Order: sequence, then C-alpha cells, then structure tokens
Amino acid sequence: MIGAEVVAAVLLLTVLAFAVIRPGRLPEAAVAVPAALVVLVTGGITPQRALDESLTLLPVVGFLAAVLVLSELCARDGLFEWAGQLMARRSAGRPQRLLLLVFAVAAITTAVLSLDATVVLLTPVVFATAARVGVRPRPHVYATTHLANAGSLLLPVSNLTNLLAMTALGLGFAQFGLLMSLPWLVVIAVEYFAFRWYFATDLRLAAGTPSAAAQRVPLPVFSASVVAATLVGFVAASFWHLEVAWVAAIGAAVLAVRAIRRRQIRPGELVHALNLPFLAFVIALGVVVKAVVDNGLAELMGHVVPTGTSLWALLAWAGIAALLANLVNNLPAVLILLPLAATSGVGPALAVLIGVNVGPNLTYVGSLATLLWRRIVHDHDHEAPLAEFTWLGLLTTPLAIVGAVVALWGSLQLFGGVL
Amino acid sequence: MKVLVWIAEATWPACIDTVTEIFADAEVRLLATVSTELVAQAAGARIGLWGRGADSNPMAELAQSAAQDRLSAAAARLGRAAETQLRTGRPEREVTAAAADADVLVLARDGDLSRLGPHSLDKHTRFVVDHAPCRVVLVWPGTAPDLASIPAPPD
Repeated sequence: MIGAEVVAAVLLLTVLAFAVIRPGRLPEAAVAVPAALVVLVTGGITPQRALDESLTLLPVVGFLAAVLVLSELCARDGLFEWAGQLMARRSAGRPQRLLLLVFAVAAITTAVLSLDATVVLLTPVVFATAARVGVRPRPHVYATTHLANAGSLLLPVSNLTNLLAMTALGLGFAQFGLLMSLPWLVVIAVEYFAFRWYFATDLRLAAGTPSAAAQRVPLPVFSASVVAATLVGFVAASFWHLEVAWVAAIGAAVLAVRAIRRRQIRPGELVHALNLPFLAFVIALGVVVKAVVDNGLAELMGHVVPTGTSLWALLAWAGIAALLANLVNNLPAVLILLPLAATSGVGPALAVLIGVNVGPNLTYVGSLATLLWRRIVHDHDHEAPLAEFTWLGLLTTPLAIVGAVVALWGSLQLFGGVL
Repeated sequence: MKVLVWIAEATWPACIDTVTEIFADAEVRLLATVSTELVAQAAGARIGLWGRGADSNPMAELAQSAAQDRLSAAAARLGRAAETQLRTGRPEREVTAAAADADVLVLARDGDLSRLGPHSLDKHTRFVVDHAPCRVVLVWPGTAPDLASIPAPPD
C-alpha cells in the first residue's frame, strides 16, 4: 500500500512538471485541480484542512485577479504609452539617462501594479521606446525583466509571493511597505550599478539621429488617479483591518465600468484578463503543497531551516528560498517555506520573500528549472535559450540578496518595535 | 559596385553619410537585423510567469517593425534608390552571410568611441570585421578621437 505522503509528493511533482512544460499550452489548472482532488480522496489532506487552505488563499487570488485587471485597463487607457513617451523625451537621446528612467518606471510599475505588469505590459513599451530614441534596446529590455523580480519587494501587491506572505503573517499593507522599502532600494541600487558596468559599451552609444516626434499621448489622468487612490485605499484598509482585496476589486471595477462604456475593452476580454484558470491553479497548488508539507516535508525541512532571527538566520532563510525558487519556481517555493518561516517570525518570512523574489534573477522571472526543463523537453526551444546574460544574474543576484537581507535586518532593528 | 550597409541602432546615420560621400554611384543595399536573443529574453520572462505570462509575445513583431523603421529612415537619409533587406537571427552571422554577394560592406564602430583602439569595436562588429568575405569600410560615428588617445608605446 502506497502511503498518502508518497501520493501527494508524486502529485506535486506532476503538477510542477506540467506547469513547466505545459503540453499543448493547456492551463496549469488542467492537472493541478484534478491533482488536488486526488490528494483529497486519497487522504493526503483532510477536507477541513483543504477548505481552510482554500479559504486562506481566496483573498490572495482575488487580490491578484483585481490587480491583473487593473494593470490591463491602465495599459488600454494608455498609461504605459504615456510612460514610454515620457522616458523617450526625458532621455534626450542619451542611453544612460534612458536606463535611469527605465529603472525608475520599471521599479514603480512593479511595486504598484505587480511584476506581471512589468513583464507583460511594460517590456514591449520599453523596447519601442529605445527604438524610437534610436539607442540599443538591449540594456533597457534586460533592465525591465530584471526589475520585474528585483523591484517586487516593496509592497504586498508587487508580487503574488508577497500577497501570500502578508496573509500568512497578518502583516498590514503599510507595515509591509515600511519594512521592505530599504531592501527594495538596496536591490535596485545593486542592479543599477551592475547594469551600468555590464552594459557600459551599449550605454555609451548615443542615438545617431533625433527621434521623429510621435504624436504626444497625454497622461491618462483618470486611470492614474484610480491607481493612486487604490494605493491609498490599501494603506487605509490595513489600518481598519479590512481585506485589501476589496479595495483592489473596487479600483478594478471603477476602471472596468469606464473602459466598457468607452469601448476600450469587451466584457469577454475583461473575463480573460481575470485569468480564472491561473487563479484555480494557485488554490489547487496550495492544497497539494499543504498535503506534502503536512505529510513529512515540514519535518524534513525543519532539519534544514535555521532557527532564530539573527542576521545569519535571515541570510540562511533567504539563501534557502533563492535556491528552492530556482529549483521549483518561486510560487511553490514560497508555499513550502512560508508556513515554516512564519512560525519563526516576521523577519524570517520577509527574508524568504527576498530569496524567492530576487533569486529568480539568476535567469528570468520564473526559475532556472523552468528553462532547463523546457530545454530538455522541447529539445530545441528557441523561445527560451539560456542567454549569456545568466552571467549578469550570477553576478548581481547573490550581491542583491545579501544586501537586501542586511537592509531588512536593519529595518527590523529600526521599525521592529512599532509592529 | 555592390555596397552593403549595416543599418545598426544608433550608428547607422554615419554609415549612410559615408556611402553618400564615397560611393555616390554604387548599387546600395541596406541591411537591418533583428536579434533573436532580445526577443527570447522577453519571451523567457513571460514563460517564468507561468499562466500569467500570456501565450503571445509581441516582441518579435515589435523588433521587426523597429528594424523596418530603421531601414525606412536610412533610405530617406540616403535619398536615392536602394534595396532594403531584413534578416532575423544572430546579427553578426546574418551580416557576415549577407556580405557574401557584396563588393564592399560599410559598417560603423560601436564600442568605446572615446579613444582609438581595439575596444572601439563591440564584439559582434568585431566578428563581422574579422569574418567578412568582402572589402570592409569601417566608419567612425561622429568625429574620431585624437591620436593622443593611443597609449604611449612601452619603453
């Protein structure tokens, strides 16, 4: 008789393998949801525990859905186009200045509208901006993909992993931002100087011709105001102990009603932007991981993870998290590590976030594993080559993680008392 | 005479001006390249997002249209009839291959332009210069630095 723990573990590996390989481009949920049901039926997790886990994750995926919609609607209203034009104008044909602007815009976009927005919506705009200015696009495009990870430490909304942690820790929106602002700045600074050094040649090459004046896109004041108001709402909601997902939902709803009335988006596209299959995947993955953690992984990891909240312990947590994120992707990594880290306190849990958020910069947003597996399975996957820029990741990532953890430790000494 | 001109970001205007100046009567072909590596970087980031990354990657299309725009701007600056060509792949390999049926390849230095020396060529341009199967005209974008930028010989 095969034990429930073996079934759960095998199912988790299957779910992860399927998510990485995605045969036939089927949604990840196609395997994750049945897997969660099998875990339930085979006794890997009790119905009550599965329900608890799902209910814990529900506000998180609700928040994620709202933010996905919010950023998509901002894009349709021209917010990113406007940012692109602003960067093009202010750079005045100078690539070093453009890089600084790209860093600022990408860091803010990631912090406020999440890393998904930076990867999916901002990166094409940055490429088009570099082309319009007439400079080499390489450093700027790489900067946005790097900052999608590196810039995602600041706010709970910046990364799905942060949302999970905020829920697990019961930390407020403002408190989270307060503790993570210093690590966020340190990581961005490390990345910036690394980029200036690594791409020195590309960044010295000024634009050959002044760019043709494109028709000026005005700032979409309404969308920008809604995003700003939503941010203020997040802070206010966390003070009044309201679920921040509701604030995000209200912001998204306001923009959605306006966008539909102005025919910027069709209702069908709006539902598509919600990405329901992915939301189902997150909940199903959460249930499967919970079963694996309950059935021995927690005990196993207990031997590996550090104790206490010293600087060394935080560094170890971040290191383990970065390693795991690169092995199995950051989402399962955070689901596995958070329950353990959270019992040790806020510091270890936030150190885990630094590891899973910044760690994937060793390659791309996802993880080394994703790319390696896709390479092996698809044989010659031209979509995902391991570029020379892995070197850039190898140089910056350890430095950025250590710097950020030291900054976190400092923040905890400074602000720990007010929590 | 068939002259091939590499229309690379940032440096191409200097190449066009050189063609106007010294190859006034030549048959000109303008070549722009689309780097698959850059498109792959954006695609790689999307893959890492799993289901949130969407399945389509607009970067390939954007890179194509940016290269096309560069070709149009170059043709306008040249101001006379010229063939245009767009190749996708590793830029250095594509340019080298395209140079096979040209008499002269015109390209620009694109490295450290603050001093004379080997670093004034970036590695991809260095590859093309080293492997080009035809005569090569190497252009300084802007004004070439002073001879004084060459370090003194060792004693």
